[in-house]
Amino acid sequence: MPKREDIKSVLVIGSGPIVIGQACEFDYSGTQACRVLKDEGLRVVLVNSNPATIMTDPEFADATYVEPITPEFVEKVIAREAERGFPIDSVLPTLGGQTALNAGIALHENGVLEKYGIEMIGANFDAIHRGENRELFNAIVAKVGGETARSYVCHSMDEVHEAVGELGFPIVVRPSFTMGGLGSGIAYDETDLLRIAGAGLSASPTTEVLIEESIIGWKEYELEVMRDKADNVVIICSIENFDPMGVHTGDSITVAPTPSTPPTAASS
Amino acid sequence: MTTPALLVLEDGRTFHGEAYGAEGETFGEAVFNTGMTGYQETLTDPSYHRQVVVMTAPHIGNTGMNDEDPESRRIWVAGYVVRDPARVPSNWRSVRTLDDELRAQGVVGISGIDTRALTRHLRERGAMRVGISTVETDPARLLEKVQASSAMSGANLSEAVSTGEAYVVPAVGEKRFTVAALDLGIKDMTPQRMSERGIEVHVLPATSTLEDVLAVGDKGPDGLFYSNGPGDPAATTGQVELLQEALARDLPYFGICFGNQLFGRALGFGTYKLKYGHRGINQPVMDLTTRKVEVTAHNHGFAVDAPRDTATETPYGVATVSHVCLNDDVVEGLELRDAAGSLKSFSVQYHPEAAAGPHDAAYLFDRFVDLLEGNA
Repeated sequence: MPKREDIKSVLVIGSGPIVIGQACEFDYSGTQACRVLKDEGLRVVLVNSNPATIMTDPEFADATYVEPITPEFVEKVIAREAERGFPIDSVLPTLGGQTALNAGIALHENGVLEKYGIEMIGANFDAIHRGENRELFNAIVAKVGGETARSYVCHSMDEVHEAVGELGFPIVVRPSFTMGGLGSGIAYDETDLLRIAGAGLSASPTTEVLIEESIIGWKEYELEVMRDKADNVVIICSIENFDPMGVHTGDSITVAPTPSTPPTAASS
Repeated sequence: MTTPALLVLEDGRTFHGEAYGAEGETFGEAVFNTGMTGYQETLTDPSYHRQVVVMTAPHIGNTGMNDEDPESRRIWVAGYVVRDPARVPSNWRSVRTLDDELRAQGVVGISGIDTRALTRHLRERGAMRVGISTVETDPARLLEKVQASSAMSGANLSEAVSTGEAYVVPAVGEKRFTVAALDLGIKDMTPQRMSERGIEVHVLPATSTLEDVLAVGDKGPDGLFYSNGPGDPAATTGQVELLQEALARDLPYFGICFGNQLFGRALGFGTYKLKYGHRGINQPVMDLTTRKVEVTAHNHGFAVDAPRDTATETPYGVATVSHVCLNDDVVEGLELRDAAGSLKSFSVQYHPEAAAGPHDAAYLFDRFVDLLEGNA
């Protein structure tokens, strides 16, 4: 994909400190992004609340703001840079994990990006929304011929009970738009269900939980993939989880590249 | 109790390790493969005939061996070099360990050596002859034997790995086309990819003549295919002449790997030996027509010498380079078009059959079907 000459400055949103659900890969990818963008001659402005990462060392960006990664503070950074005579013309929210994605989405929804004439690059709002919304995402997976666990989106406990009646226990509860599985869990019985689904509904900013068929005990395998506008695709990394489905990655080990997945399974 | 083993390169570099697979002594050309997975397909790929394969991935044998994934009737590598063999394979399809399979097929290997140092040596000095032994403990004496062994340049090997008898891989579903496929070291996945697309594949021995090719099927072939295979393309003459006769008759042609090198030679281009070759499953290749990048599987030590930016007039049409490797600009594909610009024949240096490897280039089999359709 050729370089876009119309973009002169980029606001990179970092990931903040490393926590379960948002591990070092986002610190690494964001740092690489700063390097690559600077090499291409772009002005790089960075927001990251983590002063301990190498990413916030002065040489990685033309302007570095160690501030909370919230829509309010990021808007102040945008305004400040414009006042200083360096208006930002694009924002890259896709290399800072869920924190950066959420900040990017909020800045789009509250009109800040439009107000300052800033384009979202890496992925646009619609693409992020399709990745975040489980119903839309399941539809995309089905369209390309992939299989997903059967699931139902629920907005109330009545809807939750209806879904569980269909799928049976154990059941996975996943709230939408939360970081690293916050508020999600596996319910083995009615008591678990009331506790987890209730908490999930209140943790979700859209009062939405997904009730999903359990695949506990399956092998877990991940791919880090990059795709550009010209549809070139690179599998950056293949990852195999040491423990089966049901053990949270934060309590387990992952190995990259995959040590025990044969090519027929890996490519299908 | 492990048996010591010795590896000596033709320039005298020596590595001490432990026996892996069969015990004994073996010689070949030392090459390295960067695939992190797919060792079963690598071992059974006839293109590795007379080569000692060094795996850069440190853990090999983790998924054991199964009876579904071999790419041919046997293991072809002359020797196998791994860092840390799996002690216990883990996969639901595994029926035996890699170590047992190597022993059963008499393949001599070595483990526990610094494969990174060996790979760097081969990258700096180029592919070279090597010996592995569990019976000769003196490096100087093994070195003498290595230096007396034969080299890969000038070796004509496809007839040694080819099928002795012609056989047919039937089309899956409705039969649409008949193709004559010359087996120069063919991998099982290749005719399978064609048969999935309605092609009845007549796999022929490497020594087949034009009469043999034209005799396949009820009405003769709709197209001709040349497979991958071992050896030096410059040492091959019979198959080049056969291809020229086929091109003169306007028979659509598709070639993979060795089939790309022989297509290049049939069109009048030269071939040359790469310093250390391309062997792995993540090589970036650009399709110069669409400018799209594919991540592809490679296994080649030789390449075609053709001009990248200009078209070449040949007796059979206009030839151009269609694909290049982005790591080193090596020619990875050729196209032949008629005066009106319609595609007549094409070939690629890499492996769209993807066994093992990514499926990015599967469209090339569809392109072959389109070519057969246009010509039918």
